Amino acid sequence: MNITTHINGKSYSHDVEPRLLLIHYLREVVGLTGPHIGCETSLCGACTVELNGKAVKSCTMFAVQADGANVVTIEGLASNGKLHAMQEAFWNEHGAQCGFCTPGMIMASKQIIDRNPNPTEEEIRHGLEGNICRCTGYQHIVNAVKAAAKAAGV
Amino acid sequence: MIPQAFDYTAPKSLDEALGLLAKGAKPLAGGMSLIPMMKLRLAAPDHLVDLRRLKDLNYIREQGAAVHIGATATHYDVENSAVVRGKCPLLAETAAHIGDVQVRNMGTIGGSIAHNDPSADYPAALQALEAKVVLKGAKSERTVSVADFFVDTFTTALEPGEIIREVIVPVEDSGTGTSYQKVAQPASGFAIVGIAVRVRKSGGKIGMARIGVTGLANRSYRAAAAEKALEGKAGSATEIQNAASLVAERVDVNSDLHASADYRRHLAVVYAARALMAALARSA
Ligand SMILES: Cc1cc2nc3c(=O)[nH]c(=O)nc-3n(C[C@H](O)[C@H](O)[C@H](O)COP(=O)(O)OP(=O)(O)OC[C@H]3O[C@@H](n4cnc5c(N)ncnc54)[C@H](O)[C@@H]3O)c2cc1C
Ligand code: FES
Ligand code: FES
Repeated sequence: MNITTHINGKSYSHDVEPRLLLIHYLREVVGLTGPHIGCETSLCGACTVELNGKAVKSCTMFAVQADGANVVTIEGLASNGKLHAMQEAFWNEHGAQCGFCTPGMIMASKQIIDRNPNPTEEEIRHGLEGNICRCTGYQHIVNAVKAAAKAAGV
Repeated sequence: MIPQAFDYTAPKSLDEALGLLAKGAKPLAGGMSLIPMMKLRLAAPDHLVDLRRLKDLNYIREQGAAVHIGATATHYDVENSAVVRGKCPLLAETAAHIGDVQVRNMGTIGGSIAHNDPSADYPAALQALEAKVVLKGAKSERTVSVADFFVDTFTTALEPGEIIREVIVPVEDSGTGTSYQKVAQPASGFAIVGIAVRVRKSGGKIGMARIGVTGLANRSYRAAAAEKALEGKAGSATEIQNAASLVAERVDVNSDLHASADYRRHLAVVYAARALMAALARSA
């Protein structure tokens, strides 16, 4: 089936099998290896991308379901060589250790701030329930989301 | 984990979708239950019909004394809808407890109840709300109560070729207090036990109590004995405890690696008491 998607501001058209998962489409067909495959069972969130403004697990979606959609991956956040505020905050607050969860973690964190510019710590943790990190213990990630919210507020 | 090959159609109209389903195709909504099953090859449909793009199924509106929720309204839509939050807060509170943000962004109310996982959250609230489900086939439409809709584990009253069109819940009377209390399975978030409560008092006495239970048995149910025990009572701590102790009465309780039957039964009593207390505190 032929699909057209708009990924990080660019249009792509490909003929794909309906059973191709969006994560495999992004990584193997389009060549965007930012979104990671952690668990492949919808639990870890490493594959999180934005689909029409909503954070989704791209391992639990077929590429054909994204036909006509706007997709943003971690590669699409920085613009003109300048990091997105959430990337900047993860850097400053040491929100990444090994970095494997980070592309999904940043996309989920961006969703929190997009929907609620001033989240409480509880709201931040609720917003990150779909993302697992084996390294940081989450505290620095929560700090990063708080810092990004604060930076956006000033 | 690659599913078996299948055909995919994103129909432009509900009629087109129903025509394909009548020929044996399977509906795809948010995919949050179906795709994991296809990846594990527990499900291998030949043809998927994507309902998510049908505007006719995606709405939330107040109509008379009820709120009508289209089948493809996502858990996120229900959690955040001003209508649901204002008119049927129990359902919004329940939606917020489902899985995680990414699951709520995609998963739909129609998909959740069609799947009828015995640990799903919505059934507890829908039982307590005495909700109705509208089922549509190519040539038919019928309305069933949730008590009749939820038949058994992964089994519903849906006939082949039928889809869920909408879910109908009552507009809550002002003064009714509601609460959903859940013990979540730590990995997936599914309910080990989930208790949804609605209570209304009149003249200082409980006039109406509804208790919906999920996670405990093969299907969700209303705890009728516990409801009855509360009627006419003021709602003291002892009365709540007595009623809560009846929620798992005569129920064949499930046991799995997350919780034994005895532990589930114990949790149900504790969480029923918590839900009753929270709901009473919110009632006028
Ligand atoms: C990581 C994770 C955690 C989760 N945690 C929870 C949780 O805590 N609590 C909970 O309740 N659920 C949980 N879920 C399940 C989630 O709520 C699903 O959204 C829901 O079970 C299925 O809805 P869906 O729209 O994704 O349906 P799909 O997966 O698309 O479909 C499910 C089934 O319903 C059928 N179907 C879909 N729509 C219709 C319709 N309108 N009419 C007839 N049949 C239809 C499909 O053919 C399929 O058989 C979780 C899922 C995941 C992946
Ligand atoms: S790889 Fe998608 S949730 Fe883990
Ligand atoms: S930084 Fe290693 S998994 Fe999160």
